[in-house]
Parts: sequence; C-alpha cells; structure tokens
Amino acid sequence: MTGLYIHVPFCARKCPYCDFYSLRFSRSAVDGFTEAAVRNIQSFKGRNIAADTVYFGGGTPSLLSCEQVSAILDAVRDCFELSDAEITLEANPCTADFDKLCGYRRAGVNRLSFGVQSADDSELLKLGRLHNSERAQRAVEDAVKAGFENISCDLMLGTPGQTRQSLKNSVDTLTRLPIQHISAYMLRIEQGTPYDNEKIRNDIVDDELVSQMYLDTVEKLGASGFEQYEISNFAKAGFESRHNMKYWTGEDYIGIGPSAHSLFGARRYFCPSDLESFLSEPVQQSVTEDDDPDRLEEYVMLGLRLTKGISLQRLTELGVSDLSGFDKMTRLLEKAGLCVAQGDSVRLTPQGFLVSNAVIAELISSL
Amino acid sequence: MDQSKIRNFSIIAHIDHGKSTLADRILELTDSVELREMEDQLLDNMDIERERGITIKARAVRLRYHADDGEDYVFNLIDTPGHVDFNYEVSRSLVACEGAILIVDASQGIEAQTLANTYLAIENDLEVVPVINKIDLPSADPDRACNEVENIIGIPAMDAPRISAKMGTNIKEVLERIVTDIPAPKGDDSAPLKALIFDSYYDQYKGVIIYCRVKDGHIKVGDTIRLMATGAEFQTVEIGYMGAKDLVPMGELHAGDVGYIAASIKDIGDTRVGDTVTNADNPCSEALPGYKKVNPMVYCGIYPADGAKYGDLRDALEKLVLNDASLSFEPETSVALGFGFRCGFLGLLHMEIIQERLEREYNLDLVTTAPSVTYKVTLTSGEEVTIYNPTNYPDTGLISSAAEPVVNAHIYTPSDYVGNIMELCQDRRGTFKDMKYIDTNRVDLHYILPLNEIVYDFFDALKSKTKGYASFDYEMKGYEPSKLVKLDVLLNGEPVDALSFIVHEEKAYARARRLVEKLKENIPRQLFEVPVQAAIGGKIIARETIKALRKDVLAKCYGGDITRKKKLLEKQKEGKKRMRQLGSVAVPQEAFMSVLKLDD
Repeated sequence: MTGLYIHVPFCARKCPYCDFYSLRFSRSAVDGFTEAAVRNIQSFKGRNIAADTVYFGGGTPSLLSCEQVSAILDAVRDCFELSDAEITLEANPCTADFDKLCGYRRAGVNRLSFGVQSADDSELLKLGRLHNSERAQRAVEDAVKAGFENISCDLMLGTPGQTRQSLKNSVDTLTRLPIQHISAYMLRIEQGTPYDNEKIRNDIVDDELVSQMYLDTVEKLGASGFEQYEISNFAKAGFESRHNMKYWTGEDYIGIGPSAHSLFGARRYFCPSDLESFLSEPVQQSVTEDDDPDRLEEYVMLGLRLTKGISLQRLTELGVSDLSGFDKMTRLLEKAGLCVAQGDSVRLTPQGFLVSNAVIAELISSL
Repeated sequence: MDQSKIRNFSIIAHIDHGKSTLADRILELTDSVELREMEDQLLDNMDIERERGITIKARAVRLRYHADDGEDYVFNLIDTPGHVDFNYEVSRSLVACEGAILIVDASQGIEAQTLANTYLAIENDLEVVPVINKIDLPSADPDRACNEVENIIGIPAMDAPRISAKMGTNIKEVLERIVTDIPAPKGDDSAPLKALIFDSYYDQYKGVIIYCRVKDGHIKVGDTIRLMATGAEFQTVEIGYMGAKDLVPMGELHAGDVGYIAASIKDIGDTRVGDTVTNADNPCSEALPGYKKVNPMVYCGIYPADGAKYGDLRDALEKLVLNDASLSFEPETSVALGFGFRCGFLGLLHMEIIQERLEREYNLDLVTTAPSVTYKVTLTSGEEVTIYNPTNYPDTGLISSAAEPVVNAHIYTPSDYVGNIMELCQDRRGTFKDMKYIDTNRVDLHYILPLNEIVYDFFDALKSKTKGYASFDYEMKGYEPSKLVKLDVLLNGEPVDALSFIVHEEKAYARARRLVEKLKENIPRQLFEVPVQAAIGGKIIARETIKALRKDVLAKCYGGDITRKKKLLEKQKEGKKRMRQLGSVAVPQEAFMSVLKLDD
C-alpha cells in the first residue's frame, strides 16, 4: 500500500542546523499552500490508489490551522482509497496548544511527532528552538488529553554543550512521558547553514563521545521499553512508524509539496524545492531522480538500517548468484562486532549502525 | 649552405644560472621569434619544465644571425638541462656541437654542475666560450667569477662577455663570440651520409621524428635511409630544420647541418638515440661512436592505479623511452599492486619527472613504490646476484656478503656551512675524502656516500642546511661491502611486498619506527583495527595500530529522500576505488609513497 507525504515548507523561525526546504511563515502563503496541496492531491483522483499512511512533515506542519489540515485530509479521502490509516503530523511544541491539538484529532490526525530535541533548556537555546523543556512536556500532556494515543518525540545527540549526563537526563525525561515512539538523531553540520562555522564545530561533541552517547541511548531506550527498530528509531511494541517503514522496505510513497520525494511506479522522483511553482502550476511538475532504481543496492542500503536486517533469500531473489564474497565480508564484520549473521538474516549491531555507511559500502561491494 | 657559415653550439651552466633566459634573448636578437610570440623560456616547452623552471630534455633550434663582419650565419642552438640527473642528456647534445657557451653566475661563481658540464664539453673536444651572467645583481662580482673560471677550469676568461640575460645587456657580444670563437663544422659533403641521432620523438601524424646532426654527406627527401644499429630502412618523406616554434621542411640536409628527418617510422623501437643514419644506397663504412649506455642509478616500481590500464602504461613508457634512452623498464608483478613495471632512472628528479609526464601527458593514475638502488649480493652458495627490487632480497641466512653502490660526491659551499654539511654527510654514512678551497671563502668538499643515502632527499637536506648556497654533483664510484637488511612491512599481519625496502642495519630501527608512524598517518581508519608492523627477517621491530573507524554520518533520512544516503554510498565506493585492497585493508596510493618522505 502507498503512503502519502505532504511537505509543509514553513517555519516560524528556522533552526540554525536545519537545511530542509522551509520558508518564513505567512498566513497568505499557507492559505495558498493548502489550495495547491488539495489540487495536487486531486490529480491522483480516479486512479484507485490504496493508501494507509499520511504524513505531514516539514517545515512546521503545526503552522497549518485545523481547517487547513481537515481540508487536505478530506481531499486525501476523496482521491485515495484510505483505510485504517496512520495519519501523522509533525508539531512544534510551541505552535500546538490544546485546542489546536483537539482540532487536529477531529480532522483525523492520529499520530503526533513533536520536535522536542532535548530536555535541557540551555541546549535548546543553543539549538535555536523556541520552546523549553517544560513547554514540550506540557504539549505532550495536552496531546494525550486531546485523545492522541500514538505520540513520537525527536531527540538530538551530539548537540553543542551536550554531555553524557545531560543526554541521560533528556532520555529519562522522554521515557517518563506518555509517548510510544522516539527518534534519536545525531546532529550533523550541513553546508551553508548558520551552524556551518568554526565556533560550532569546536563546541559540538567529538566523534568518540557522540558514538558513546549513541550506544548509551540505544541501551537506555531499550531498557525503558523503547525497542530499536531502525538506526535512529525506537518504539514500544506495535508503535513503529508505519509511514517511515515504507522508506526502508521499498514500499511506494507519494510526496506532495515542494522538495517532497516519491517512490511510485518503480520510479523515484521529487517535486522541485520551489514554492512558487507549487503555488502557480495546476499540478507541480516533478523531476525524475531515478527511473530504474537498483533494487538490490537499495534493498541492502535501506534494509540494513532496520534492526531486522536483510534476508539472504531476498538477495538471491534479487539476482545474486554467488554469496561467497558477501559471506566472507559478513564474517569479517561479525568478528569486529559490527553485524550479526543468523540463519537467513544479516543485521547490523548498534556498533555497526555507527559506521553503517562504510559497512554498507563494503557489503554492497562484496556482492 | 656553406659550412663555414654554420655554428653548432650548446649552452651549459649550473642550474639557475640563466641558461634558458640567455637562449630566449638569443632567439629574440636573431629575429627567430616575433616578439609578440615570445613567451619566457621558449625552449622549455613541456609544462613541467616551465613550472619547475628547469630544462629536462635537450631541444634544438635553428637561428639566422647577421654578424658584424657583414655575413649571415646559421646558428644551431641545442639547449641542455642543468640538473645532475640529466648529465646524460647534456653529453648527447654536446656530441652534435662544435662549441659550448659556458654561463657562470656573477654572484654565485662556479658551482658543482658548472664543472661537471664543462668537463663533459672538454671531453667532447668542444670549444668552451665562458660568459658571465647576472651582472645586474647587487651581489654580482664578475671579476671573482672570471678568476674562478681561470683558476678552477683553466680557460682564459678575463675578456669573457659580461651580460645580464634577464635585462638583455651585452647579448650581442655573445653572438659575435659564437661567430668568432666557435669553429665551423668540417664535414665532407660528398662522403657517404653519416648523421648522428641525438633526439627523437613520436608524432601522431608523421611517425617518429629524428633529430640529427649530419657529420658527413647529405640527404634529401625520397632517399632511403638505414639506421645502422638495427639495420632498418625507411624512405624519407620530410626533411628540414627546427624553427623556434615549428618544424620547417627544407627538402635536404648537408654536412654540418642540424635538422630533422621523418620517414613514416611507426615502430619507435627502430630509432635509437646515438645511432647513426646513413644512406641505404651508399652506406658509410662504419657508424659514429654513438653514446655510452648509461646505467640507471635508481629503480622503483610503477603500477597503474587501475589494473586495467597496464597496457596504456606500457605504451606510454615505450613512447617516453624513445626520447629518453636513460629510462629503462621491465615488467614486474607485485602481490599488493598487481602488474606493473620496474623502472630505472638516472636519479630522483628524473624519476619524479617521468612520473609526472606519465600522469600528465598520458593521463595515467600511478602507484609508485619507494625508490631503491641496485645491490650486489653473494650467496652462501657462491652465486652472485644483483637485486633490483627489495622484494627479491634473499633471506639473511642465504647471504654471505652484500655490497651497495657508492658515489664520489663533490659539494661546493661557502665555508660557513662546512660544519653543517659534514654533519649531514656523517649522518648519511659518508666517508670524508678531502676539502679544497676554491677561493678564500668557498670550498669543495669531497665525500664518498652510499647512493641509497642520497636518492631520497639528500639534495633537499643539503639545501636546507646551507640556505640553498651549496651545490652538489656526484658520479658512480662502484660497489662497497655493507651491512644491509631488508625491512618488511606487515598490515594486519600480512606482508606487503611493495612496501619492503633495504636499509643499512644501523639505520633500520629508526627507519622502521618512522615508517610505521607514516603509514598510520596515511592509512585511513578501517572498520577493523589494523596493526602496522615493520619486521626484519620475521622479527617485529616496530608497531603502530590504526584504530577502528568509530562513526560515520548518521544523517536524518527525511521525507523519503534517500538521495543523501545514496550520495554518501557513492562517495564511499569512490573512495574505495582510490584504494588498494590488501587483504582486508584498504590502502590509499599515498601510503606507498610515504616511505619516501620519512624525514619530514
């Protein structure tokens, strides 16, 4: 089944480390965006596409009003065969008050993802976030009161000034909240962002420490019932993000909105990062990224991000006739504690996740 | 052309004394090049030459000069390199000339290669015309320079032209000296053709172009030539002279001329520099003496970074060897590097130049092993073997004695630096022979040095210890017994043949230490911990550990955008391609060179 991703490219304030496509929020631009989103969704009408996830990402989707979210979801229900859907909206703790959360719930949103990032106020300040820890916790409580039973929070590792102890405190705070899902990402300095400077580079955590922080986090979250299921994602049993899983398992997804990516009809394409064309064109022209994705390479690259790993049987189905090089490499990696080969499956360990680019490159080269 | 109006000459000098600049001025004054076409150092037409400011290959050009005696003369100028590595090229050029202009820097005086090149000219019976250059420098002392020429070389110099090639001062005087002092050629134009090949190169359209000096007889287009060394015969299709920028077809060459011959020669192996060209229908009875074969002093392995380019590398080497007979190469294989060639060079600069030419002119990516000299080893069985590649050095138990090449080295230096130089030479296992005063404050230090101590970086060390004032020249002396050991390098417990080298036993430990440290710096972290070890005969004497890679980028993979992940993966794969996979260890090309730079 297909997933739908809707990219809402507005923020009240842009975070200095972020390089995703996002513009200054204005009421009129968001109105125009909503109309264009509905138009683009309607272009799929009549094709009987079955969908079971909708994901509002951004940007800051919680800058949309309840009516706007409702209008977009109405269009989705009208144009796709939506059943038993997971409908997620990313929310900034500051822009989601209780009434608004109730409105989202009524519109059909059943999963929230809060950009909490840290429970340490001085760290939040350095990250340029608008909220403090107390505001974030209240947002989660409001969401529960508004009827949400599936809530995720983002957590960042390796931010300026972070220590193992402060991270441990953040993890403790998050795991005590009534949430079911945690995404834990490492901060990465992206080129051209305000964070791309010498001062920040000197202030962020070094590789050795951030690696330790990652391993600490994996262990601690696991002990608190949040099982790791992907490099950066942790959930209580049954609360894995169905939408994000589509990315790792090669299922179809359709992206709507500037900079949104799609995998549909065995083709990867994206909408240009250009709000202007999204607003003015009847349907935004997409750009083909890959009209014949290498299924084997993608399977290995994406599958190894999951804790369940990849299946040897599947490799054979994808055309690998000789697994001897792969086996040899797997044994080497296993000896180094980077992966586990068990029966039909090969999966990375947390240590392996830390060097996943290198490990995946080795494994693909060995095929 | 009347032979009495021809002057064939070279310019010889120590490096940086202004040889190419004088050549440029001569070209200008003889109107050989339009001024607007003039580029600095016109004769140095290889990129590498201009960038490094040195002349590598000999080159020839014909000029026309209207002299003060009212007559027109033809000058054939054959440019020569000044670096010690290229003495061979110098002697090749000199054989085609009757005279040589000797440039001496008015502020530096006589330097090591001034002498070496002058002796080559005298050996070849050339008339030497001294010229004092750089008189515009504040530190110039032309009288002292003239005195040095008279006292050390023993040729009159007090009336030598005093010029500034850079400013164009007194160049005309040099041209007049060429007319009056350098003898005209005295060949027999009616005798059978006898022409010396002093250079050649491969032209894509015309085949091999032979540069030659006609000693006797003449040749015209359509004649069938015979190359005497190989006996190969060809019909000439184009004959002419070398203009400043292009070849100028003339149809014929006569006794005394310097020019080129094209005869649709496709196989570069047929033409050998030093060989004699004669007329197949009326051959001369014996060939010219030709050149002494030079023996390479330094060897290294050259491998294509991409194994599939082995054939391209072979073709490129074959073409280079055509106009650089001092380069030698033999196929070899390495466990670590695959198929490649063991190449022999005159010295380290020569090696660098060849590598650079292969990379630039032939667009090849290379992996080069550390340079090595040849060793002579007597085995316990009594058999004598010559070792060109450290990998083949026999086990200690099989060796009864070993010998290494040594050179006679002369270092010319202001006396202030004698202490520094002695320290350096001692450190390089040198044996002091004697010290002579050239004048009140300059000396000639004579040492015997093992060649393997100077092939790496002796010249650089010498320069830095003498603020660039010392100059250096050497010649092979022969082999002397030595206590040598082979140092092996192991990565992750596996020996890497391409990294082995031979070293004097007293220096083995220090070198091993630096080597493993260098390799640790040059090999990136791997997914596994990698021990780097240096061993002599199985005994580990130094070890470093490359720690395992801790983390790479765990970026958010957002909104289904997997392009970033793909790019990272591509980058990883690209990076892997530039590496050599040795067992489980990926080694970048630079690591193989790190052995070269142990003294940094």
